[in-house]
Amino acid sequence: MSDPAVVVDGLVMRYAETTAVDGLSLTVERGTVTAVLGPNGAGKTTTLETCEGYRRPQQGSVRVLGLDPRAQARELLPRIGVMLQEGGAWSGARAPEMLRHIASLHAHPIDPAVLEERLGLAECGRTAYRRLSGGQKQRLSLAMALIGRPEVVFVDEPTAGLDPAARRTVWELFEELRRDGVTVVLTTHYMDEAEKLADRIHIIDHGRLIASGSPLELTRGGTVSTIRLVVTKPFPPEAPASLAAALGDRIEVVLLDELSLLVTGPADASTLARVSDWCERSGVLPESLTLGTRNLEDVFLELTGRGLKESA
Amino acid sequence: MSGTFTPQPGAAPLPRMVLAQARMEARLLVRNGEQLLIAVVIPVIVLVGMVRGAERLGLDYDHPVVDVVTPGVLALAVMSTAFTSLAIATAFERRYGILKRLGASPLPRSGLLVGKVGALLAVEVLQLAVLSVVGLALGWDPHLSGVSLVAAVLGVLLGTAAFASLGLLMAGALRAEATLAAANLVYLLLLAAGAVILPASAYGGFGAVAQWLPSGALGEAMREAFLDGTVAWRDLVVLGAWTTLGTIATTRTFSWE
Repeated sequence: MSDPAVVVDGLVMRYAETTAVDGLSLTVERGTVTAVLGPNGAGKTTTLETCEGYRRPQQGSVRVLGLDPRAQARELLPRIGVMLQEGGAWSGARAPEMLRHIASLHAHPIDPAVLEERLGLAECGRTAYRRLSGGQKQRLSLAMALIGRPEVVFVDEPTAGLDPAARRTVWELFEELRRDGVTVVLTTHYMDEAEKLADRIHIIDHGRLIASGSPLELTRGGTVSTIRLVVTKPFPPEAPASLAAALGDRIEVVLLDELSLLVTGPADASTLARVSDWCERSGVLPESLTLGTRNLEDVFLELTGRGLKESA
Repeated sequence: MSGTFTPQPGAAPLPRMVLAQARMEARLLVRNGEQLLIAVVIPVIVLVGMVRGAERLGLDYDHPVVDVVTPGVLALAVMSTAFTSLAIATAFERRYGILKRLGASPLPRSGLLVGKVGALLAVEVLQLAVLSVVGLALGWDPHLSGVSLVAAVLGVLLGTAAFASLGLLMAGALRAEATLAAANLVYLLLLAAGAVILPASAYGGFGAVAQWLPSGALGEAMREAFLDGTVAWRDLVVLGAWTTLGTIATTRTFSWE
């Protein structure tokens, strides 16, 4: 495996009274889509801006593609793409003009016409940037981050303010970036976005990392995951013990009522397969087999005692 | 297999980046209506007004009024672009995150600065061409020689450097709205009392101060070039000193966000 794309190690960033980032450490592997998820004010943007070289770490260190974003900026900047949360274009410039300008700063840019078409920017025509809609500005900003064929792109809240169709377009684009081997680091406070897009999610709160993992690991693989088996005819009395024996000792089987069983433990695909094998061997006809899905909202709630959206 | 986004990063060669930046900035400067007003319309009004007005009033100088005023108006045009337009444009670039965005691009800050200066010079060439034509139409009879042209070019370059460093100082320290107001105010004050259009001697006691201002020095450099065909060394040194002061202050105080 090659070196990680991003290594944040013990980062501390303070503004006047508040500590925005408080000893944060995280790693982003190359070629992944990694989401930094957390409520507003969790320190996501500050962390990203430190990776982009805008801010000097007050404590700890940040490396992107093995480089120091400030001391080695000239080497690093051509290799990364940056999408700011807002602004970044001249108010009198037109979208195609702006995109072509950024393209001209790169050695092997993507054909601007291709990106315009992909991101629906052709509709902007000769309209000045200041008169574009919020969604158009957002898509232009994303196009500017991608046009230089970067190895790593940092995108800050890429779909904030986009309508559902534009949001899907952006999500599809991220899938394609992953296929093409681009590392994507995105911040978001949308749980569904992180869950759908990301290979890995780092959940941060109050400037600290509180959990990391794939969406599956975070929502099911961790502490409590469940399979609920509901059948059409009552279970025979020996059923729980027999199923438990088939699943091994790390898994608990509890009879909920005469028609349903709850399997608790690492409920992965092989557990699921063994449960359905057991049904076949025991002559049990399942009516439903449901994986207990904790979503990220639940995870966040469990970790912090409050919801993602309510905790600004 | 390679897709649309397969990484192939790299910065464009520096000269190409700088040229692209200069071209973009020049285009935006010219597109902006208010800037055009201050860059061309006001200097033309001043030129025509002063020459016609002086004829009516029967004012008498050592030289014909048009020969005195035209070089001063050329200096005014340099001041309007290198100071006022640059300060306002840069302040709004800060405000709208353009400097921040470009800060994450392959274009180095030094390249950005050279690009800006390139844009200023391109716009100035257009301004000087228009104003010279208007001046000639009004009967301007400049002293033309190798020395006078070199003197004028030196004046324009050093004047641009001095005013640009001061414009960036203002843009990098004040809020965008404050810069908009202050840059226009300074322009008007220097236009009225900065010895740019008329020689410092025309301002009585204040002339002693005005000749040390960048406006007075640039105006004098242009007048000496086109009236006498000589290089105004004292005034070029004054402009150089303002450039040095402005640059040092700017590098210490400029905030990119």
